[in-house]
Amino acid sequence: MRSDGNIGAPIGLKIAAGAGLLFLHLPILLIFVYAFTTEERSYQWPPPGLTTKWLAVTWNRPDIWEALSLSLKVATVSTAIALVLGTLCAAAVSRTRFFGRETISLMVILPIALPGIVTGIALRSAFNLSDIPFSTWTIILGHATFCVVVVYNNAVARFRRTSASLVEASMDLGADGFQTLRYVIMPNIATALLAGGMLAFALSFDEVIVTTFTAGQQQTLPIWMLEELVRPRQRPVTNVVAMVVVLVTFLPILGAFYLTRDGDQIAGGGK
Amino acid sequence: MNSPVGVISPGRQGILRRLADTLWRRPRLLLLLMLALPVSWLGVIYLGSLVALLVQSFFSIDEFSGLINYEFTLKTYRELLIPANLDIIVRTVSMAAVVTLAAVVVAFPIAYYAARYARGKWKAAFYIGVMLPLWSSYLVKIYAWKLVLAREGILNWLFDKLHLTWLLDAYLSLPLIGGNSLSVSYTGTFLVFLYVWLPFMILPLQASLERVPASLLEASADLGASAPQTFRHVVLPLSLPGVIAGSIFTFSLTLGDYIIPQIIGSSRLFIGQAVYTHQGTAGNIPLAAAFAVVPIVIMGVYLWMAKRAGAFDAL
Repeated sequence: MRSDGNIGAPIGLKIAAGAGLLFLHLPILLIFVYAFTTEERSYQWPPPGLTTKWLAVTWNRPDIWEALSLSLKVATVSTAIALVLGTLCAAAVSRTRFFGRETISLMVILPIALPGIVTGIALRSAFNLSDIPFSTWTIILGHATFCVVVVYNNAVARFRRTSASLVEASMDLGADGFQTLRYVIMPNIATALLAGGMLAFALSFDEVIVTTFTAGQQQTLPIWMLEELVRPRQRPVTNVVAMVVVLVTFLPILGAFYLTRDGDQIAGGGK
Repeated sequence: MNSPVGVISPGRQGILRRLADTLWRRPRLLLLLMLALPVSWLGVIYLGSLVALLVQSFFSIDEFSGLINYEFTLKTYRELLIPANLDIIVRTVSMAAVVTLAAVVVAFPIAYYAARYARGKWKAAFYIGVMLPLWSSYLVKIYAWKLVLAREGILNWLFDKLHLTWLLDAYLSLPLIGGNSLSVSYTGTFLVFLYVWLPFMILPLQASLERVPASLLEASADLGASAPQTFRHVVLPLSLPGVIAGSIFTFSLTLGDYIIPQIIGSSRLFIGQAVYTHQGTAGNIPLAAAFAVVPIVIMGVYLWMAKRAGAFDAL
């Protein structure tokens, strides 16, 4: 058996796997260096000097705070909607067999299986056709639609691992449906929902492709970043924002990992 | 609680409890209630929008007034087939194919090591090592590559320090894949696509490799197969569902992306950019809609083939 530790892995495989992981991580690490560079006009490497003054400059920028608060608001509301819709859908699909069950699970997955630009332009043209003006709510509408699947995936995986006989036992002992929900089902799926919610939040917080189609004049943080990417005007500030975004998104990911690590399911395996 | 008198306990009191009992006795009603909200949300908002999009692609735009002509026509789809637009489609599909192939090659060792050799702490480390890049900000990842590929950036600096600038220049002078600098060449676009979508390949691949029993590999070795033979005839076929599942992501995501080629790459358009420009500045929503139908059709065929190959079990 080769399953006891790392002994036996061919050296070539080790190198290829290590190199692949380095490829995945080095570019992100670079962001952390650039956030402290003294160079303002170019992406010069190595940085001519290091400074922390850009942290303060970024802190005092009202447009970034506005974009950040809009992003947080959108992500919070979308996550809440996705939690309700995703959990309901997961409960229905995993507890019962019914006609059209496959269709429903396909429908939930569709917003991420199709390219984001399709979702974006579909929503935009629908808003246009029905004369809905762009607002924070149109952004939320789009985000909630593709956040459902993340919650759904996590919840379905947990429902699959929770034995149905627990519910029956609860009923046999005299609990009604709501008590069973409150005392048996919820505690069982709570961590999966929390993990799904965190991932949905991270997904919404970061979304840009659909947002460019469903936002009017408002700027979420990713839209602010996108503008800086297309036309760099304030490179040092962008560097700092990029670093903060990396740090902020790491927290929910690590959190979701610790909440679902005992499971056999890959949390958010289908972003 | 009171001890039950008979076998059948009396009905419970209170509206909530009665409601709960009714729902328990009528699972269909419960099911309907549970599905009503998500199905109407996704059905109305999402599928409704998709239908609206499809319908718009059958309208056309009036060349003179620039207004949308709301009559059924196939004119917009004919316009899709003019050489300039076909070029865009071919370019995007080839890029998606190359990115997908490269992703399989780079992802395989990582997934294989994580599935077969990594245990305990190492396994968790590999998992986190893939999840963190997967979930970190898409724009920040592109931004990082803008830093890497910049003319004054780290990659050129590295080539310079290794006295290999001539090699980079020779590579950039190649037709098609070369360009003025890495950040405005197809190679640059390719690298960023590969980087951003790689985790989407690793995860399903690892999931499918974990299902390959070690005993099969041992049996193959016992029967005299060399390591490459075992890989070719045992590991690869068994991991194919994972490869297909991963390729759905890498392929679909590359087809629909319009931000990466806009920021890193030559000025030649990809499907996503065509959709974006036609609906935006040009105001030609019908053509944009027709362009958006292309990835839908390609992905539809792809998903259908993948389903037949049994790839969805590895998702």
